[in-house]
Amino acid sequence: MGAQRVSLSGYRRPDGRVGVRNHVVILPVDDLSNAVCENVARVVPGTLALPHHYGRLQYGEDLDLTFRTLIGSGANPNVAAAVVVGIEPNWTHHVAEGIARSGKPVERYSIERFGDLKTLAAAARTAQQLLQDASELRREPVERREVLISIKCGESDTTTGLGSCPTVAEVVDRHVEDGGTVLFGETSELTGGEQLIAGRCATPEARARFQAMYDAYIREIEASGANLLGSQPTQGNIRGGLSTIEEKALGNIAKTGTAPVVDALGPAETPRLPGLNFMDSSSAAAEFITLMGAAGAAVHLFPTGQGNIIGNPLVPVVKVTANPLTARTMSEHVDLDVSGLLWREYTLREAGDRLLALLDRVIEGRLTCAEALGHREFVLTKLYRSA
Amino acid sequence: MSESVVAGGGAPHFLVHNEGDHVAVAVQDVDPGRRRAVYLDSDRAVEVEVTETVPLGHKVALADLDGGAEVIEYRVPVGLTRRPVRRGELVHVHNLRSARWARSE
Repeated sequence: MGAQRVSLSGYRRPDGRVGVRNHVVILPVDDLSNAVCENVARVVPGTLALPHHYGRLQYGEDLDLTFRTLIGSGANPNVAAAVVVGIEPNWTHHVAEGIARSGKPVERYSIERFGDLKTLAAAARTAQQLLQDASELRREPVERREVLISIKCGESDTTTGLGSCPTVAEVVDRHVEDGGTVLFGETSELTGGEQLIAGRCATPEARARFQAMYDAYIREIEASGANLLGSQPTQGNIRGGLSTIEEKALGNIAKTGTAPVVDALGPAETPRLPGLNFMDSSSAAAEFITLMGAAGAAVHLFPTGQGNIIGNPLVPVVKVTANPLTARTMSEHVDLDVSGLLWREYTLREAGDRLLALLDRVIEGRLTCAEALGHREFVLTKLYRSA
Repeated sequence: MSESVVAGGGAPHFLVHNEGDHVAVAVQDVDPGRRRAVYLDSDRAVEVEVTETVPLGHKVALADLDGGAEVIEYRVPVGLTRRPVRRGELVHVHNLRSARWARSE
């Protein structure tokens, strides 16, 4: 079957990227500014504060990643406009200018020499204006292939490799075939199957970049000297029947489908090429989806076995499970139940069709379980201790 | 809270990813006895005499394996046996370990 250009509706941002939500975010540059941001979101309900724990005394590569994550989150196509608040003007300016390069409205406030209350009054007044302006933005016709999708599974078990990951792979393959872009990662969780990903890299350059990222991550884990059983695989993975990192990795890789891997990106980097892209990243769900949102992901597909309940403030997270026990006991977290695959009640192709239909509804505005339940995990990846 | 998962009559007890794999995955809670496993790649069905209770999602050995032997699943090694494993036994962290992460004990 040839590529299909499915027409849907979404928000086309000034930089050309397509969003499926229309948030006005109140973004702290640092932990100290969380209070003002959360208070702005209380005074102006309908705006979205993105509190987090870092942004002070970071340096080098770790600081670069924090800046890239904050700027990328503000620039994410699901965001209409941003108010940036930091303790001092310099880094606040840096983050705000980075977001402004996407062409969307950005305003900035720093707290020193004003205090929380004056900053709150000014930032709330601006937030109100930006929210009213954003409410007039209209959805326009977009193609599904313009929607950047990220994928990662969590609390995996053996049903993930049998059912939910292959279902996501059906969508990944069709999206890439249509000219779309998909992001995957979970560097250490490829162990045992990393040679399969390296073998799928489209160019020697991409393969070399991937291999260097993988080797560096594994060196870091091995240098810790720690016993990883119970951490990777997790206790939940083990309870669900997964025995080794290799077995977990092969189930994980099953969701990447069959497309070539066109590029290997650093954490929170925006993809340069259409197609299936690898990103060097932790497998911890909140950190991972935060990095993907910063790279521009507009929707995340999340296979789960034992029932990971993760959400993200910017990126709708669509949960898929093939575990009948999870589907029954945690139904409020499950957007799509494909447990019938285990009992061969329908084909993988049919499961893929169902997920694609659900994806289209989420693009059009249907809230995911995680959105409806208020899961807004926003977690920065910290590379090392602050100074 | 204890929940059991038992499928209707037509469903297999186990699925196997690929021909040649050493383990099958229980797709319902399986009691000991003669049980049916279906290969996903070939649709072939085999019977295996299961000697232990295998909960949903856990694995059963399809072959007799020596101690220290590679265990194949998805056509690739997923670890090494910690001791000899007989066909029909439960395969999990007590008798299977990572070959890659030496400290994954």
